[in-house]
Amino acid sequence: MNSVFGYIGSHFMRFLQESGRITMLFGQTIVFIFRPPFDVREPLSQMEEIGVRSIPVVVITAAFTGMVLALQSFTGFRRFNAETLVGTVVALSVTRELGPVLTGLMVSGRVGSAMAAELGTMRVTEQIDALHTLATNPVKYLIVPRFLASLIMFPILVVFADIIGIMGGYFVSVKILGTNPTIYIRRTWDYLELNDIYSGLLKACVFGMIMATISCYQGFYTEGGAEGVGRATTRAVVLSSLLILISNYFITALLF
Amino acid sequence: MVGDTSVKIEVVDLHKSFGGKHVLTGVNLEVRNGESMVVIGGSGVGKSVLIKCIIGLLRPDSGGIRVDGQEITSLNEKSLNEIRKKFGMLFQAGALFDSLPVWENVGFGLKQHTSLRDEEIKAIAIEKLRLVGLSHVEALMPSELSGGMRKRVSLARAIAMEPEILLYDEPTTGLDPIMADVINELIVQMRKKLRVTSIAITHDMVSAYKIADRIAMLYEGKIIEIGTPQQNRESSNAIVQQFIQGRAEGPIKVR
Repeated sequence: MNSVFGYIGSHFMRFLQESGRITMLFGQTIVFIFRPPFDVREPLSQMEEIGVRSIPVVVITAAFTGMVLALQSFTGFRRFNAETLVGTVVALSVTRELGPVLTGLMVSGRVGSAMAAELGTMRVTEQIDALHTLATNPVKYLIVPRFLASLIMFPILVVFADIIGIMGGYFVSVKILGTNPTIYIRRTWDYLELNDIYSGLLKACVFGMIMATISCYQGFYTEGGAEGVGRATTRAVVLSSLLILISNYFITALLF
Repeated sequence: MVGDTSVKIEVVDLHKSFGGKHVLTGVNLEVRNGESMVVIGGSGVGKSVLIKCIIGLLRPDSGGIRVDGQEITSLNEKSLNEIRKKFGMLFQAGALFDSLPVWENVGFGLKQHTSLRDEEIKAIAIEKLRLVGLSHVEALMPSELSGGMRKRVSLARAIAMEPEILLYDEPTTGLDPIMADVINELIVQMRKKLRVTSIAITHDMVSAYKIADRIAMLYEGKIIEIGTPQQNRESSNAIVQQFIQGRAEGPIKVR
């Protein structure tokens, strides 16, 4: 009996310790963003890596999500003759929910793993120690550019996802299912509010910060050689994805 | 003895443990200005921990470390970074930044802490590379270098900011005997040309005798003996004798 409590207790303590360290790293990152010197080159190259190179993944994800959404809601709505509302459903679902969440998950898989692997390798090959010995703060030099780039690029990718997702829905509805294009577009615009898009973009910002913080944390505190780097990479993706899904619910519940 | 006899680095009763494992159990060490100190000891006795405490990569549990008389164990990160500018460190595997070409690696400190332009930094980097016997490598990436070259580039990076103190973490480990001697030769030259104080940790006795003014033996978390290479060879301590002769049998417990 004692060992059961011991087990739960030690895991709970570990959970608290990790949460504390992640929060500290997040706090340090925020502080160092505003502390000179300000470097432009590194954030820009990270923006290219996180943003530009993620576009194909985001576009394909969004397109097929919009398309399947149109197909599914059409099947449902036809049962009570509301096919014309497909455009509304697609637009609202994509902008409020699926655009930010699926983009967040896909980009976390792509970029979060790379961040954790890169920083983890730097840790186990003593490159992070080398930064310290060169009197350079590794949070400022390594984490701030990744954090900023994620914070900026996630919303931009979500805008892409929104547009492509809505276009995918339009394509399936109009070209395959034969909906009247004018009605489809009107139904999309009539019910879509700017607030729907803003809320999606706000989510994207939060997801970007989550992904960057968790992935950099996992990489930064990697232990145990190549095996440790592998573990850090897996944890970065799993934990980022879980936190994105959990925080998504709470943001939605709090704001709307 | 080169230089004066004032103390450059002073380590006093240093303790450090990791999760219940007591690695350093009261290290006392004085390194004089301009001196080349070599700390020898088996794998896992805490040589790396000691050197990482001295440059502030690890915080000791108790005890003091003074550099030029200034206590560094209680400093915050910002003040510590000022102290670190006095240091250069050569890491065991080089620890070069994979994403930067050789010259940017060498000039990293200059880029971060001076307002020099890139061309000037590159010129200094090429000069420092020449000092460690390398030419025409400045544009290569670290992945294109051999083990010996990586160490020399790392040494060039360590001396780029003209430090007063150089720390060498197992400078000859993983190199063939000839390349090891090239590195030893460089370490001796660095001391002559740049008049730096240095601490090297190693278990390579050939290297230790070649580069040391004094040798300190670290065993079970303490410095058990310290003296000139000559005194070290003639030591009456059975532990020291077993280590320098490299015998499996003796008072040192092999785990």
